[in-house]
Amino acid sequence: MSLMNWIDDRFPLTKVWNEHLAEYYAPKNFNFWYFFGSLALLVLVNQILTGVWLAMLYKPDAELAFASVEYIMRDVEWGWLIRYMHSTGASAFFVVIYLHMFRGVLYGSHKNPREMVWLFGAVIYVVMMATAFMGYLLPWGQMSFWGAQVIVNLFSAIPVIGEDLSIWIRGDYVISDATLNRFFALHFLLPFILAALVFLHIVALHKVGSNNPDGVEIKKNKDENGIPKDGIPFHPYYSVKDIVGVVVFLMFFAGVIFFAPEAGGYFIEAPNFEPANPLKTPVHIAPVWYFTPFYAILRAVPSFAGTQVWGVIAMGLAIVVFFLLPWLDQSNAKSHRYKGPLFKYALGAFVVTFMVLGYLGVVAADANRTLWAQVLTLIYFGFFFLMPTYTRETSSKTTMTSLYFMMMAVSTIATLYYWWMFSGGADGSTTVKVVVSVIAIIHFAVFGIKPWLKPEVSKPVPERVTK
Amino acid sequence: MKKLILALALLAPLTAFAAGGGAIHPNDPANIDTGNEAALQRGANHFVSYCLNCHSMQYERWQRMEEFGVPEDLLKSNLMHAGAKKGDLLKVAMARGDAANWFGAPPPDLTLEARLRGSDWIYNYMRAFYVDESRPFGVNNTVFDNVGMPHVLWEQQGMQKAVYTEEDDGHGGTHKVFAGFEKVSEGSMTDVEYDAMIRDLVTFMTYMAEPTKAKSHRTGIMVLLFLALLLVFSYMLKKEYWKDVH
Repeated sequence: MSLMNWIDDRFPLTKVWNEHLAEYYAPKNFNFWYFFGSLALLVLVNQILTGVWLAMLYKPDAELAFASVEYIMRDVEWGWLIRYMHSTGASAFFVVIYLHMFRGVLYGSHKNPREMVWLFGAVIYVVMMATAFMGYLLPWGQMSFWGAQVIVNLFSAIPVIGEDLSIWIRGDYVISDATLNRFFALHFLLPFILAALVFLHIVALHKVGSNNPDGVEIKKNKDENGIPKDGIPFHPYYSVKDIVGVVVFLMFFAGVIFFAPEAGGYFIEAPNFEPANPLKTPVHIAPVWYFTPFYAILRAVPSFAGTQVWGVIAMGLAIVVFFLLPWLDQSNAKSHRYKGPLFKYALGAFVVTFMVLGYLGVVAADANRTLWAQVLTLIYFGFFFLMPTYTRETSSKTTMTSLYFMMMAVSTIATLYYWWMFSGGADGSTTVKVVVSVIAIIHFAVFGIKPWLKPEVSKPVPERVTK
Repeated sequence: MKKLILALALLAPLTAFAAGGGAIHPNDPANIDTGNEAALQRGANHFVSYCLNCHSMQYERWQRMEEFGVPEDLLKSNLMHAGAKKGDLLKVAMARGDAANWFGAPPPDLTLEARLRGSDWIYNYMRAFYVDESRPFGVNNTVFDNVGMPHVLWEQQGMQKAVYTEEDDGHGGTHKVFAGFEKVSEGSMTDVEYDAMIRDLVTFMTYMAEPTKAKSHRTGIMVLLFLALLLVFSYMLKKEYWKDVH
């Protein structure tokens, strides 16, 4: 191994290998949910590789872009495969990231000492959304054009600077060749920023060590050699395990790429098979599925005081609120397993809410759907902003605080809700109004039982990880 | 197992809701088979004869038709425009400005029509022209209301009128419901023959919208078989390594 010695004298190759793979001790009890981190990395690499090849053949020009995509699809050898790998990869990236984020919340991976890991992850998510949004314009289809038009127009709702800001983003008064060109430049740049952020995400993770489904710090139980008793070296144990996850993922991925690249119109929307036409607005403009929960929130919030900006603020807040999660979660335990029934309920309700909002963002809005979107928007934010109350450990002192917070929450919700009733969804049917009201009241009332929940309902956090 | 079900349940909504779009009348399935070479060849012939004068297929080239067995000499003598080369795109001679003047809007490119609107939509659309004297070309369409296109295939299909029935709308009034078509004049083809012709045309258009589809399916099966094999070995490798983890 003289070559290795030669390198190690000049570059810490063995040291890095050991610190991050061969002697990085990960908890031995990782489950299904822990596949998605490595899968996210795989999809990022897929997007960068296929993206570079597409960029060699694509023309970022309003006159040529659409035809150049069809040229890739038809005339370039295996061009259709590279393109479908990229378009499917975009959706796969979000599927994997949403599951990865869900894992984090499920097991408290955002909590002390992993706040920085979570924050880098949240930045990655935001940059990913920007990258995906700009990439979606590039095929220059009808939905590319009108989707971008709608989203960029959101910025013009910001008071005072909005109009100028949206023109600055587009480089024109409408989405045009100038916009396409700059979106292409940024869409090419941002993935490398993402790669750098992923590096920081992993550096932060390896500083504090991986969490696990029990939320137990394995570094607190070390053997005589200083190795965590519940830890196993990442390589080879998790590298060989992750390969299994990768192969299973690739089977799903290949299934979509080769047999259903449009995924029923969700990964590639049908209107995008028609070139962008600034003079012809599609009947129904819907963003790609991974943005639709936020789009539903945007549409749910009515205009007030003569401005639409409230919806934009709510949508922005719905994303920004992820950054606050480490501090909103006040529980002592990390994992949902030991946080008691209220957290389980809140998280379950949040997942359902996120999905239904996603559905509502896909379909055309009407009065009844607006009512649903409004109540679900409240439940969405309730998950985050009530978190300090429903996660804090109950004692005699906090009972009153908790009660107070619950009353505050319920009255705020009621006020907001009635206010909305008379604007956004006023035309909705009475049945829907009653149903969503009952759902809202029951949902928030559940948190009101908190002060009466005995501490024993939460299982104690074990000393060591369980199987 | 519980976790697997939970995971699948989380993924399910991504595929569960169907894409929207209003119902069309008529709404018959096209029942096409893009692997049927004879149908593709007949469809190519129909497309070149009746569609390509106004509609381009400008993202695809003539030589693509060789994939479904059109011999080079027939391609050159019977299908391609005079003076065209095999590698040329299926452009249309009509200037877009003229087209817009004649039809109100330039006839759209049809390369991707089958992916934009669906094969069934085209199949029904081509069978849904009916007499309507208020329209510039004397025809309207129940699938695409007030369409600017004339009934190009009227000689084959003949002319038909749309029949509506009055139905109670449940609010004390009535509204018109499409009941079907009634022949006004006979064409050179029977309805069965005409439907078959349109089916061939749609088969061709569907093929041309995504000509790599068959190759994609063939490749996909090989890839999945390879991955299935790889899964067996990677799982065995994992099992072997994890034997000593307790």
